[in-house]
Amino acid sequence: MISAILAISLMALFFGLLLGYASIRFKVEGDPIADQIDKLLPQTQCGQCSFAGCRPYAEAIAAGEAGINRCPPGGETTIQALADLLEMDVVPLDDECGIEKPKTLAVIVEDRCIGCTLCIQACPVDAILGAAKQMHTVIADECTGCELCVPPCPVDCIDMVETKPNPNTWRWPDPDHIDLKLGGDND
Amino acid sequence: MTDNLASFPGGLVLDGQKKRSTQTPIRQTPLAKKLILPLQQHIGEASEPIVKVGDKVLKGQKIARAEGHVSVYLHAPSSGTITAIDEQPIPHPSGLSALCITLETDGEDRWIERQQVDDFTRLSQHEIRQIIREAGIVGLGGAGFPSYIKLNPGVHHHVETLILNGVECEPYITCDDMLMRERSEGILDGIEIMIYALRTKNCIIAIEDNKPEAIAAIELELPKRPKLKNTKVVAIPTRYPAGSEKQLIEVLTGKQVPSGGLTVDLGIVCHNIGTSYAIGRAIKHGEPLISRIVTVTGTDVKHAGNFETLFGTPMDELLAFCETKRHPGEPFILGGPMMGYNLSGDHLPVTKTANCILVGVDNAAPITKPLPCIRCGDCASVCPVGLLPQQLYWHARAKDLEKTQQYNLFDCIECGCCSYVCPSKIPLVHYFRFAKTETMNQQQETLKADNARIRHENRLERQTLEKTEKEQRQRQRKAALAATKAAKEKEKMLEQQHTDNQEN
Ligand code: SF4
Ligand code: SF4
Ligand code: SF4
Ligand code: SF4
Repeated sequence: MISAILAISLMALFFGLLLGYASIRFKVEGDPIADQIDKLLPQTQCGQCSFAGCRPYAEAIAAGEAGINRCPPGGETTIQALADLLEMDVVPLDDECGIEKPKTLAVIVEDRCIGCTLCIQACPVDAILGAAKQMHTVIADECTGCELCVPPCPVDCIDMVETKPNPNTWRWPDPDHIDLKLGGDND
Repeated sequence: MTDNLASFPGGLVLDGQKKRSTQTPIRQTPLAKKLILPLQQHIGEASEPIVKVGDKVLKGQKIARAEGHVSVYLHAPSSGTITAIDEQPIPHPSGLSALCITLETDGEDRWIERQQVDDFTRLSQHEIRQIIREAGIVGLGGAGFPSYIKLNPGVHHHVETLILNGVECEPYITCDDMLMRERSEGILDGIEIMIYALRTKNCIIAIEDNKPEAIAAIELELPKRPKLKNTKVVAIPTRYPAGSEKQLIEVLTGKQVPSGGLTVDLGIVCHNIGTSYAIGRAIKHGEPLISRIVTVTGTDVKHAGNFETLFGTPMDELLAFCETKRHPGEPFILGGPMMGYNLSGDHLPVTKTANCILVGVDNAAPITKPLPCIRCGDCASVCPVGLLPQQLYWHARAKDLEKTQQYNLFDCIECGCCSYVCPSKIPLVHYFRFAKTETMNQQQETLKADNARIRHENRLERQTLEKTEKEQRQRQRKAALAATKAAKEKEKMLEQQHTDNQEN
């Protein structure tokens, strides 16, 4: 009896893995238009567009089922890029989806965390580290700022903080848009 | 001596304005009460603090260690107490703050024990590089690239020639000039060590021909050094930007470093004169890099000159020492008038790359609104890299970053020649700096988005896999359960039959 169960479960495991592998290896060549659209989306995976992530939204746009103005994290830039790609008119962001905000990052207040793992289950990009009953942390480099981990937290210990520019990520201002006296150019 | 030198395209002959700061010998800047030490004073990763607030430190003691492959150590420039490790404004065109260690000096200036090496040939090349890294030495010409890396050509490269850059082509700046005049011995100590570390023989010390005193000082010292018999001084014509690495190589060898290539591909390694002095101090005297010579000059400076200044010294204290007409909050230039940038903060610290503080430029033209480009082509004729600044400008302005790449935006050395000659006073370099940081930022964002996409896809795949596995397991369990049930039923039936049979 036992050996039979064992054999079956081993087989199941094998086929499960095979299935998983096959789904990766023989992934149906995606719709190239959807691919191109997906490339222009910010990959925040926040779902504000009302789709379950950037890829499904890209597919919906490709199928003509959704407008190009539903992605708040991408904002105007993304709408512009999509309009260029699809040769469509630029339209303002649909404010039903949300508004364009400065980029933020999730930070867990670690001494309040009770280690319930709910945020890990919510994070679309596996950017939260931790195990049951242990303090959790956000890998800052991987966090997309989607905010999906905030509502599930039972003790409200996840803060979204604005990412500050630092000297290494700072950009020279556009000379067309600055006060002349502040110019960094010394000629 | 003037060998048959080549030249680079374009360039400018500029009014040097160097006399103002070479009238007095190098002086010592008074010890400041507070030294502010940014953890990143070099190209690469910021150093990691190894002291805590409240720690007492000695002059030359390590206070932050190198983090990662491209990084160096940081030292206490004087003895005292660490009073803060926090964000402070740093001398950066952004005006932003960064993590700094603040040291309150005790006035005793007490050194830590120093390891002196009399015969460096007893050390391996690797050990020498290690000491240089631990001494916190970076390129002092302005870029701040960790020097130990440029002393390690790797197994695939053979270094034919070491070039010591004493050109100092920017107007106003004279810190290298004065260092060569006064401390030629120390510079040659460093060159001997660099030649040994690079396993090369030939060395050229390149100096612009507007510095006869510096040339004489080095030439006087050179014959006394048997180790430097293949080292020569080459006076090169004064033409801006001859001191830029690739242009200097072109002048000396006639060879061009290919776009995106490294000088070591040509068998050449370039170091600044000040860096070689620092290396000599580090190996021979065991002194880490804790100070540098800063030129303070300009029309608004009363006592212009060169000042040996501890890192972390607030620039306003140095300026006060030189007596300037500048009022707090007013802008000044860090670096030369051509490649430097405006700063306006008051307590910004002197860092490893701060070569010159310029307050007031001669015949400064009032800043006017740029006029439209008249397509005169002047900018292209002075570009030492042979770029087309006018085209770069059009595309940078239209934010067509891809096009700027096609016109080799990243080969631009930001020398400022094009802006200087432009009759329409278009701040061309500013557009190029803007386009460069914009491009880098976009590449960074794309990388991050790609990474997020992959992580999200992986997560979805993992979830599907988990789900199928769970279903499989449930099915098995059900099947197993059904099997046992069936077996039991059968047994029961058999039993029933048995009893039935018996009964019958
Ligand atoms: S709204 Fe969020 S999930 Fe939708 S496309 Fe934009 S980033 Fe992706
Ligand atoms: S949801 Fe909140 S409490 Fe639970 S593991 Fe995440 S951070 Fe901690
Ligand atoms: S120098 Fe100025 S005006 Fe002349 S072509 Fe260049 S950008 Fe245009
Ligand atoms: S700043 Fe750039 S484009 Fe202008 S002259 Fe110098 S290298 Fe050429």
